[in-house]
Amino acid sequence: MGWETWLIGTISRALAYGTPLLLGTLGEIYAERSGVLNLGVEGMMVMGAFSAFATAYTTGNPWLGLLVAACVGGAFSLIHAFVSITLRANQIVSGLALTMLGLGLAGVLGRGWEGKPLEAALPALTVPHLAKIPGLGPSLFVNQNALVYLAAGLAVLLWFVLYKTKIGISIRAVGDDPATADAMGVNVFRTRYLCVLLGGVLAGLGGGYLSVAYRPAWTEGMTAGMGWIVIALTIFAFWNPLLGLVGAYFFGALYHLSYRLQPWTSPELLKTMPYVFAILVLALVARGTLKRRMNAPAALCEPYIRGEE
Amino acid sequence: MAKSERLEMRGIVKRFPGVVANDGVDFTARAGEIHALLGENGAGKTTLMRVLYGIYQPDAGEIFLDGRPIRVRSPAEALALGIGMVHQHFRLVPTLSVEENVVLGLREGLSPFPHLRRVRERLAAIARDYGLEVDPRAKVFELSVGEQQRVEILKALYRRVQILIMDEPTSVLTPQEVEQLFSTLRSLVEAGLTVIFITHKLDEVLAVSDRVTVLRKGKVVATLPTAEADKPSLARMMVGREVVFRLERGPAKRGERLLEVRDLQALSDRGLPAIRGLSFELYAGEILGVAGVAGNGQKELVEVLTGLRRATKGRVLLFGKDLTNRSPREIAAAGVAHIPEERLRRGLVPEMSVAENLVLKGYRDPPFARGPFLDQRAIIGHAEEAIAAYQIMTPSPNTPAKLLSGGNLQRLILARELSGQPRLIIAAHPTYGLDVGATEQIRGLLLKQRELGAGVLLISEDLEEILSLSDRILVLFAGQAMGLFKAGEAALEELGLLMAGARSGKGEEASAG
Repeated sequence: MGWETWLIGTISRALAYGTPLLLGTLGEIYAERSGVLNLGVEGMMVMGAFSAFATAYTTGNPWLGLLVAACVGGAFSLIHAFVSITLRANQIVSGLALTMLGLGLAGVLGRGWEGKPLEAALPALTVPHLAKIPGLGPSLFVNQNALVYLAAGLAVLLWFVLYKTKIGISIRAVGDDPATADAMGVNVFRTRYLCVLLGGVLAGLGGGYLSVAYRPAWTEGMTAGMGWIVIALTIFAFWNPLLGLVGAYFFGALYHLSYRLQPWTSPELLKTMPYVFAILVLALVARGTLKRRMNAPAALCEPYIRGEE
Repeated sequence: MAKSERLEMRGIVKRFPGVVANDGVDFTARAGEIHALLGENGAGKTTLMRVLYGIYQPDAGEIFLDGRPIRVRSPAEALALGIGMVHQHFRLVPTLSVEENVVLGLREGLSPFPHLRRVRERLAAIARDYGLEVDPRAKVFELSVGEQQRVEILKALYRRVQILIMDEPTSVLTPQEVEQLFSTLRSLVEAGLTVIFITHKLDEVLAVSDRVTVLRKGKVVATLPTAEADKPSLARMMVGREVVFRLERGPAKRGERLLEVRDLQALSDRGLPAIRGLSFELYAGEILGVAGVAGNGQKELVEVLTGLRRATKGRVLLFGKDLTNRSPREIAAAGVAHIPEERLRRGLVPEMSVAENLVLKGYRDPPFARGPFLDQRAIIGHAEEAIAAYQIMTPSPNTPAKLLSGGNLQRLILARELSGQPRLIIAAHPTYGLDVGATEQIRGLLLKQRELGAGVLLISEDLEEILSLSDRILVLFAGQAMGLFKAGEAALEELGLLMAGARSGKGEEASAG
C-alpha cells in the first residue's frame, strides 16, 4: 500500500469520524457563546444515537432516524436549559447529570436492540465529477455520507451567523455581558434557550450519525467519550465554528490513526490519544490568564439575574 | 429663543424598603438646556432619572413629554420616546467592536444583517457634528474610559434621543477629557437636545449647566438658573449646612523611609503589563497621593503592595525588609493597613456581623482568641468600643455588615485597619461614593494618622482629594510614574496632561491595556 493511498484513507476517515465531533462542537460553541456550559453533550449524543437507530430500524428510514435524534437531543438540552437558565442552578452539575441520565437511559432502553444489524443505513455517496480530482477527490468526495458535507456547510454558516449578523452580535453580547445585552433590549433568556437548544439538536444529530451512518448498529456506550472530546474541542477552537471544523477533523484523524498504527504499537495506548489531547487542551486553558486571553465568553457558567451586577 | 418645557416630572415618589428615595419630586427640563441635577450620594438624583429611563416604576407621580403624559415601563420604551441615559457604569460589551455595540439591540428593519457600513457612516457624521471621534471598528476593551464614554453618547445619539441623561459623567475623566465632554454637551444643546447632568460636584454645575435643580434627601430644595447660583449657596442647599472647603493640615513631619518600590512590574488580570517599571519611596508622616485615570495600574499597584498580586519583577521594601510577593498576612502583620477599593468584596465579609468583621485581622490572637476558641465577650466588647469611637451607625454589633450604608462600611473598615496603630496605610479610593459628611470624617482620620507618624499611600481618582490631602503627588499613567510633585507645586492643568500620558504638550503615547 503506497503512502498516497494511506494518506487518502486517513483524510477520508478523518472526515467521517470528525463529523459527529464537528456537529457536537458547533452546538456546544453556540451554547457556550451564549454563556451556558453544557457538559451533557455525551448524554445528548448517546440518546441521539439510540433514538436514531431505533427509529431507522423500525421505519426503515434513516433520515427519519436523524430527525428523531435531533428532536431527542433538543428535548434533552431543554432540561439543562430549564435547570441552568430558568432555575439558575449550577451549570456543571446540571450538565453532568444530563450526561449520566442520557447514558443510563440509552443503556436501559437499548437492551433489546443490541447487536441488530441496521439494513436501512444512510447510504454513503460519491460526488460525481469532484471525485475525479486526483488526490483531493478520493479523499474528500468518495464514499462519504451526506451528513459530512452538511456538517461542514453548517460550520461555515454558523461562523457567518456568529460574526456577521445581528443575531450573532446578540449571542456574543449575551455570553460576554448579559446585563448590558439586557439593557440594550436583547432577550437574554430567549437567546440562551435557543443556543442551548441548538446545541442539543446538533449533539443529537451527531449521535444519530454514529448509529445510522458511521457504524450502522447500536451498542451501549457507543459514543465512547465523544461528548467530552467535544467539550475540549470547543475550547481548542477558541469558540470559533471554523476552527471547530479544523479541530474536529484533526481529532478525527487522531482517532483513525489509533487504528492504523495498531500493528506497530499497543492499540490501548493509541486509543487514549484523542483523550490525552483533550486533557492537554483543558489543562492548558484552565490556567486563568490564558483562558481570558483566548476570548472565552466572559459570562460562561454565570446565571443571569436581572438587576444584580 | 423661548425655551419650552420639554420634560415635566410631577410629584414623583419612589420608595425602597426602609427609604423614600424620591419624595414628591417636581422636575422640568427644556429643549436646548443643560440641566444639572445636584445632590449628595443618596439624595435621589439617580433614582429620579432611573424612573424617567424606565428602570424603576414610580409609586406615585406623572411624567409629561412635550405636554403629553407618558408612562415609561422599560429602557427600550424610554429610547423609543427619545430618552437616553449614559450610566456611571457603562453598558458596553467589551469584546464587541464600537459599531457592534451601537447595533446591539437595535430594531431597525427586518434584515438579519447589520448594515455596518451604513452604521459607520452615520457614526462618522454624528462624531463630526459633536466632537465624538472614536474608531468604529475598535474593540471596546481597547478604548480608554473617555473613549468608552463617547461610545455611550454615540449609542444614544444613534438612537435619535432628544433627552440625554448623563449620570456622574466626569468621575472617570481627566480634566482635559472633562473639558472635551463639556464642549460636546454644549454642541448637543445647541442642536436642540436636552441634557440632564447628574453630579455632586459644584464646580461642574457652575461650569456647564444652564439651570440647576438641587435634591436633598429625596426632595427638591430649589431649581434656579445657574447664573444666579454660587458655590457656597449651592453647597448649603445640597448639604443643608455650611461646608468647610479647606481641610486643616499641619506641615509635614517627614520621618524614616517606610516603603521603597524599586523597578516594579506586574501583570493585569488580562495578562498584560499593568505596572511597567515603577519606583518610588514613601516616608513616615506624609501622605503620598497617587493621581491617575482609572485603569492605569492603580489597582494592580495596591494589590502588589498588599500581597494580593504577584510582582513579576522589581522589589517592594517595607520598613527596610524585602517583602516582595509575601502573603497578605505577613504584610499586614508587618504593620500595613489596607483600605481596599471594593468595600464589600475585599474589605469585608458581607454575611458576617459587624463585630466579626472588626476582628478579621486579629481573631487569631488574644484577647479575641483563647487557644482554638474565640472569646465572644471580648469580640463584642471590642466592637462596641469601635462603634462608638468611629461613629458606625449599626443596629447592633451582631448586624450583618452587608446591611450597613457605604459610609458606615468604610468607618467599619477604618476601625479595623487603624486599630493596632499601622505604620503604613494603603488607602484606595477611600471616599468614593460617600456623602459629604462621611468624606470629611474619613479624610480627617487619614490626616490624623499622618500626624501620628504613619505613612499614607492615597490612591484616588478625585483630583481635589489628592490635592487637598497629599504632601507629595505621584502621577501614574500606563503603569509608569509620569512625575512626582510636592504639594502646592502641582498645577491642575499639568497634572491633567500627565494623567493623559503627555510629558509635554499633547502626547501620543498609548495606554497599555
